[in-house]
Amino acid sequence: MNSLRRNLLKGAAGASTVVVAVAAGLLKPVQVMAAVPRSLFEAKNASDVLKAIGASTAETTAEIRIKSPDIAENGSVVPVEVTSNLAGTTAITILAENNPTPLAADFNLIEGVQGVIATRIKMAKTGLIRAVVKANGKFYTATKEVKVTIGGCGG
Amino acid sequence: MAQPLRIRATMIGNIADVKVIMNHPMETGLRKDAKTGQMIPAHYITEVTATLNGKKVLEASLSGAVSSNPFLGFKLDNSKAGDKLAVNWVDNKGDKNTGEVVIS
Repeated sequence: MNSLRRNLLKGAAGASTVVVAVAAGLLKPVQVMAAVPRSLFEAKNASDVLKAIGASTAETTAEIRIKSPDIAENGSVVPVEVTSNLAGTTAITILAENNPTPLAADFNLIEGVQGVIATRIKMAKTGLIRAVVKANGKFYTATKEVKVTIGGCGG
Repeated sequence: MAQPLRIRATMIGNIADVKVIMNHPMETGLRKDAKTGQMIPAHYITEVTATLNGKKVLEASLSGAVSSNPFLGFKLDNSKAGDKLAVNWVDNKGDKNTGEVVIS
């Protein structure tokens, strides 16, 4: 147990150690579901973010609804509500594709949380808000364009 | 120190509707102070956790792209009036705050 813990903490074998741990029943699957790594918040393209989380081939679906204003007068405060009607939704990720760093927020729905998340984000300029949803282990996505009259990233 | 979290958690039928506002500047690190001309350092909430009766139900990773005084709305289908809903956050400087309400 101690050496396994030490290996996990060192991140030595990375994913494979975790897989072995899960198989050995030492880690319950829900604990394996890590949040997105902090480094992903520095990524400069939405496609890089999607690739990193394994969602490059995410299926575009109308089962994800993004509620946000068509025109945001203040890019510093753009309300966004993502509703996923997909069964087994476990994660909702929100990107603002034209922001300097598109990944805005990521939500891990652990237990009892319905597939609806509301928040407010900053948008630097007009562009697409993209929601990526993980449901039953598969990725799905949808976008909505928001026109921004005054950019919200400052400067 | 940040002001207390504002949390509202009310039952609508079998669903707990939760709305949270966290007091925080959420600086991206990209803004310049108009007076000094210096860049205002990044200062934003990075992680938020919500627990129901002590058990984690939701985790959120935020960035400076979330608006200041972050708002978070979500719904739970596994709770009832009288349950305890707690929300805590940590920011990139290691500051933290926590709040708890009883679901009504």
